[in-house]
Amino acid sequence: MARYDRAITVFSPDGHLFQVEYALEAVRKGNAAVGVRGTDNVVLGVEKKSAAKLQDSRSARKIVSLDNHVALACAGLKADARVLINRARIECQSHRLTVEDPVTVEYITRYIAGLQQKYTQSGGVRPFGLSTLIVGFDPYSGVPSLYQTDPSGTFSAWKANATGRNSNSMREFLEKNYKETSGQETVKLAICALLEVVESGGKTIEVAVMTKEHGLRQLEEAEIDAIVAEIEAEKVAAEAAKKAPAAPKET
Amino acid sequence: MKLDTSGLESAAPVWGAPSELVDGFSAAPSFEVPNTTDFDGFQKEAIQMVKPAKGTTTLAFIFKEGVMVAADSRASMGGYISSQSVKKIIEINPYMLGTMAGGAADCQFWHRNLGIKCRLHELANKRRISVTGASKLLANILYSYRGMGLSVGTMIAGWDETGPGLYYVDSEGGRLKGMRFSVGSGSPYAYGVLDNGYRYDMSVKEAAELARRSIYHATFRDGASGGVASVYYVGPNGWKKLSGDDVGELHYNYYPVMPSTVEQEMVEVAGA
Repeated sequence: MARYDRAITVFSPDGHLFQVEYALEAVRKGNAAVGVRGTDNVVLGVEKKSAAKLQDSRSARKIVSLDNHVALACAGLKADARVLINRARIECQSHRLTVEDPVTVEYITRYIAGLQQKYTQSGGVRPFGLSTLIVGFDPYSGVPSLYQTDPSGTFSAWKANATGRNSNSMREFLEKNYKETSGQETVKLAICALLEVVESGGKTIEVAVMTKEHGLRQLEEAEIDAIVAEIEAEKVAAEAAKKAPAAPKET
Repeated sequence: MKLDTSGLESAAPVWGAPSELVDGFSAAPSFEVPNTTDFDGFQKEAIQMVKPAKGTTTLAFIFKEGVMVAADSRASMGGYISSQSVKKIIEINPYMLGTMAGGAADCQFWHRNLGIKCRLHELANKRRISVTGASKLLANILYSYRGMGLSVGTMIAGWDETGPGLYYVDSEGGRLKGMRFSVGSGSPYAYGVLDNGYRYDMSVKEAAELARRSIYHATFRDGASGGVASVYYVGPNGWKKLSGDDVGELHYNYYPVMPSTVEQEMVEVAGA
């Protein structure tokens, strides 16, 4: 049997775990993903690389559900994501089986983060190369939540966050423009943030909305196009308003 | 089902400890086995020795105001009464109770263990565990030890967000949700009185009296039950012990000695 006990993730002399930092690099190269929490919904959006002509785009969904009330989007190595998502889905069901209750978003986030951390402290394995955005509704209190995990295994709750390519610009945009929203407004905010870094169009963005009543709903391309058009129109109007001085008062 | 081997871990060196990542390669738990010629026979005997010993009466029922839990306090070893003051209602945490029937050590240990798990759940999830969840944790543990001679017939009673909860869990791995349960050798007698007098809309006082009387009647007829009838009430603010009455005294409360009419009286005859 081959020896699998030699650790790959070890401390550097100045206290860094380089493998984890390299994993974060991999995340930074992954597609952009954004999550925004509203008062009655949570929205996830990811950048879609333009699909190859022959590829069936529906098989490459980037926003997945872990249970009826929890969904996940990620940035980074997609194959690692698949493994992590499968383990999380099993854990969601296992929790339902052992305590006859659905998981809370915090619990499953803690589980995923714990898994990611384990792989930074075990022999013969490398860290997962992805950061996840986990959204959902607490099954007891009905409160929407958004959490983020990263390759080091840390997690925290956010009002809005972005990960992946150009996440810094998206986060800056969100910090400037975030306000408590609900319903369609939250969707718009998420798409606005994505549009900062992605070429516009329904073809390049995938958006999903999680509500308490309907669970996860993936938005159709046409819907996304319509919202993008709305945003563009608003932007144009805003520009025009800025350029044209205020109309002189009629005397 | 992964066996809960946390009680069997030896002080083995960390090197060579199985990694969860190497799927399916976990080392089997090992412990000392007695030196007998026929180990299987020995094991069967051990199980048989423990099995009939659910000499006790415990009961619990849900009513309008919450859950009432009651039990006797006699421990018997065959025909010998080893104790009249056993605590058969185990306090898992301030809002959950468990009853003991079967092996005393098994019940006590696994209830304490359940208490630990409930507390850890609270700390990890920032919310109390439900009665459903707690009973399921216990049932899963008992199921994983199925066939190994554990003898536990317990009821988990508590109050959680969904209201009062009552589950029966046993060492065969069974778990039942219900409104009324009685466990032990005295349970048929207790059921008789309990089922007869039960109404959902009882007050706490009435329910306590029903529980007390049911235990008393069971101790009256069942030799393996006796001692003190303890009655606990579980309400929205947790459990509270209501009473602990000696069943001998209860007998004379229910059936006070009346001067009975004598059929034939011996009359003093003056002279002959």
